[in-house]
Amino acid sequence: MNVRVRFAKYGAVKFIGHLDVLRYFQKAVRRSGLKIAYSQGFHPHQIMSFASPLGVGITSEGEYMDMELTAEYTPQEIVDALNTAMVEGFTVLSSHILPDPENGRKRETAMSLVTAADYLVTVRENDTFLGTKSFEELNEAWVRFIGQESISVIKKVKKSNSETSIDLKPFLYDTAVGTTASLPTVATHKNDHTFYEVPEIPDFAAEQKALCAEKGLFSVLLRVSAGSADNIKPELVMEAFARFLGCEEPEALKFQIHRLDMYTGENPELKRL
Amino acid sequence: MSDTTFTRKLALSDDILMAVDKPARYIGGEVNMVRKNPREVDIRFCMCFPDVYEVGMSHLGIQILYDMFNRREDTYCERVYSPWPDMDKILREQNIPLFALESQEPLKDFDFLGITLQYEMCYTNILQILDLAGIPLHASDRTEEDPIVIGGGPCAYNPEPLADFFDFFYLGEGETVYNEILDKYKEHKAKGGSRLEFLEIVADIEGMYVPQFYDVTYNEDGTLASFEPNNVHAKKTIRKQVEMELSDTYYPEKPLVPFIRAIQDRVVLEIQRGCIRGCRFCQAGMLYRPIRERNVEFLKNLATKMLRSTGHEEISLSSLSSSDYSCLKELVYYLIDTFQNDGVNISLPSLRIDAFALDVMNKVQDITKSSLTFAPEAGSQRMRDVINKGLTQDVILAGATEAFKGGWNKVKLYFMLGLPDEQEEDIKAIAELSNEIAKTYYDTIPKSERKGKVQITTSTSFFVPKPFTPFQWVRMATAEEFMDARKVLSGAIKEQLNAKSIKYNWHDTDVTMLEGVFARGDRRCAALIEGAYKDGCLFDSWSEYFRNDIWMSQFEKTGLSLDFYTSRERDKDELLPWDFIDAGISRSFLYREYERSKQGIVTPNCRKGCAGCGAAQFHGGVCYEPRNEAGESISNEVLIPDC
Repeated sequence: MNVRVRFAKYGAVKFIGHLDVLRYFQKAVRRSGLKIAYSQGFHPHQIMSFASPLGVGITSEGEYMDMELTAEYTPQEIVDALNTAMVEGFTVLSSHILPDPENGRKRETAMSLVTAADYLVTVRENDTFLGTKSFEELNEAWVRFIGQESISVIKKVKKSNSETSIDLKPFLYDTAVGTTASLPTVATHKNDHTFYEVPEIPDFAAEQKALCAEKGLFSVLLRVSAGSADNIKPELVMEAFARFLGCEEPEALKFQIHRLDMYTGENPELKRL
Repeated sequence: MSDTTFTRKLALSDDILMAVDKPARYIGGEVNMVRKNPREVDIRFCMCFPDVYEVGMSHLGIQILYDMFNRREDTYCERVYSPWPDMDKILREQNIPLFALESQEPLKDFDFLGITLQYEMCYTNILQILDLAGIPLHASDRTEEDPIVIGGGPCAYNPEPLADFFDFFYLGEGETVYNEILDKYKEHKAKGGSRLEFLEIVADIEGMYVPQFYDVTYNEDGTLASFEPNNVHAKKTIRKQVEMELSDTYYPEKPLVPFIRAIQDRVVLEIQRGCIRGCRFCQAGMLYRPIRERNVEFLKNLATKMLRSTGHEEISLSSLSSSDYSCLKELVYYLIDTFQNDGVNISLPSLRIDAFALDVMNKVQDITKSSLTFAPEAGSQRMRDVINKGLTQDVILAGATEAFKGGWNKVKLYFMLGLPDEQEEDIKAIAELSNEIAKTYYDTIPKSERKGKVQITTSTSFFVPKPFTPFQWVRMATAEEFMDARKVLSGAIKEQLNAKSIKYNWHDTDVTMLEGVFARGDRRCAALIEGAYKDGCLFDSWSEYFRNDIWMSQFEKTGLSLDFYTSRERDKDELLPWDFIDAGISRSFLYREYERSKQGIVTPNCRKGCAGCGAAQFHGGVCYEPRNEAGESISNEVLIPDC
């Protein structure tokens, strides 16, 4: 059976890079006792893949991992088994048994399905540019910023080690300012025999939000294009915003970023992965 | 005692952690990390491996003691490793005291700091740890507020170059008397006793060496004149402590699993301790006598538990010579049968290449990628007889032939240069043996069946004489002699018929010379270490950080001579800096072995016959295996009928 698992990554483990998270889950699945499928050959590896790598320093409650299991389990059994193998900083939140692909078609991986992601971005107290401005001032500026005809930014292209200019505007699906703000809801999974979600999902960004509220720091929710095609990093949006306000060194900005969820489908008809 | 009220808060800010390489080195929180409330324990112990996290986390000894100490409700054992130079710089600039990974609290608040001494070139890292923790470098400058600093591990068998920096050294295996030390400490602390009084209590415990309780004097020629206790509690001789019940002792069932890849990213199963072989250059083979095996059922059970609790995809059997473990076949086939379907890889270092080894390797490894490893250590049979390395050319070639037939075509060979009484033909023999193995491949495998050339990798290290070996008296080669030997070998390899199939790697000489100094150094060497550290030396075992110029300037500053410690033959009766330690093997045995080496006489291994080393005093292990009339051990047939 093929399953998709959603998990949160928070606290100190945000400093663990994507490849190490991968290793962590490989070992965690073995500790959980779940029977996972292995590839053939002398160096068999688990059939497991992740939706989208999360940058070092970023927390998340919307990470997704697909795996193939060789025994039958209920979605709740999978969540419970994995959670016995987690350490502080990783929590499995839901699991979803994936339907088999239609005749002759290849299974789509979580990675190929991702089209959008939500982020909560908060300015850090010790940020020397945005951190020095008042919440009201930034709130007002944000409205002007996203109201522009186009938002052009320089994006570095890793492969060719070059830079290209792109317009962010079409990839910025929605935004909302403030820690109590929210983005439009999207279609979610039905709770049935193929899907199970833990009853109470804690607010993994609670500390980040509390700090913003207490210090009056600027925070913004972003729904942006994500995935293999047009992956927009929240840092890129924030750098454009700072540049819009006259910041000359936006690379030095300091944020805390929290990924809230990832979606598939075409905006605005998004569905949770 | 579980952690109820204590909340871990990282010692470092996000800004710092985002600025350094591999921040996971400093956050703790790994799988199977022990969580306790530091406020609810009597004893706080911090274990330290003075090298970078990925190296330190691979060390089995610390995992054993970590587990053993944390089984005590009254003790919380935590860990610290050397901050990498990028972090070192930040900690100094921002005055952040070095902290333990578990609680993230400063080391200075601990009762004990236990440092494992695995190799000489980590000595400056020890001073870094103390310095960053805010603990005075010299034991004599420490106050009641400072942790007690303990040293242990193989380099503690010549603790003298580090004597100034440690409150005491633990000589022997950690399983034995640590609980007694902790019990006495707790009792003493409750009474409000002083640091000095506690060290006197420690000195009364077998195996504990408190350097400040001894005075050293020197002769005019620089050799030791006397080494005498100055405190009534200090023993004249310190006897190493040995765990004789290895199948009924501490072993972690839930070892720590780091987030980042450690050198040992696998379950490590120590199948036995000690070695029967008696290679004369090998310190471990002498120090850990007598060989003691762990019961095979104990090991099977442990392997299952550890694989389950860690989720590791590999298990490695650890010992000095795995082939000598009497139930090896049973254990290995059990592991293969039980775990291979779960994708568990089994690794068997230090295995003699024979039919069994090839069968196992065939089952667990990808032949096209893996290589065969031989450690003949010396090229000529004469030289191998000098060092008592039992391996012969016939055995190597027979093993290689079988392996080539089985499909292997990569061979790694390890040798030493600068062995005692080495002649030019002995060096050239390394090239000839390498060539002979290549020739064997081409003779064995018809052209049509070859998958490319055979790949022979010949590596040499330089020989460093170590305390408690038959070569503890011997003159070490000079850097120039090492370089010359290397050139001779390089040239000889190029002259071989199969030179194109042989790749030659060698070690650095400068580091080797310093290793030689500290291996057999005395108390005066502390000034070298301290001076080098203060002038910027750190991570000396990492070639990118090794600064030979700074080290050499310390010899000038202190007036000490490198040659005195390295390239000098010691007299039979010279008082050696480590002579006050009784490592369980007698000085007369070591000297007898040295004499035999000069005559090229081989001494049989412990199972073939007893050489009377003295380890029988521990009343167990190979020394007490049943023997036939010829003196050969018959333990395999008698004691363990199932194997």
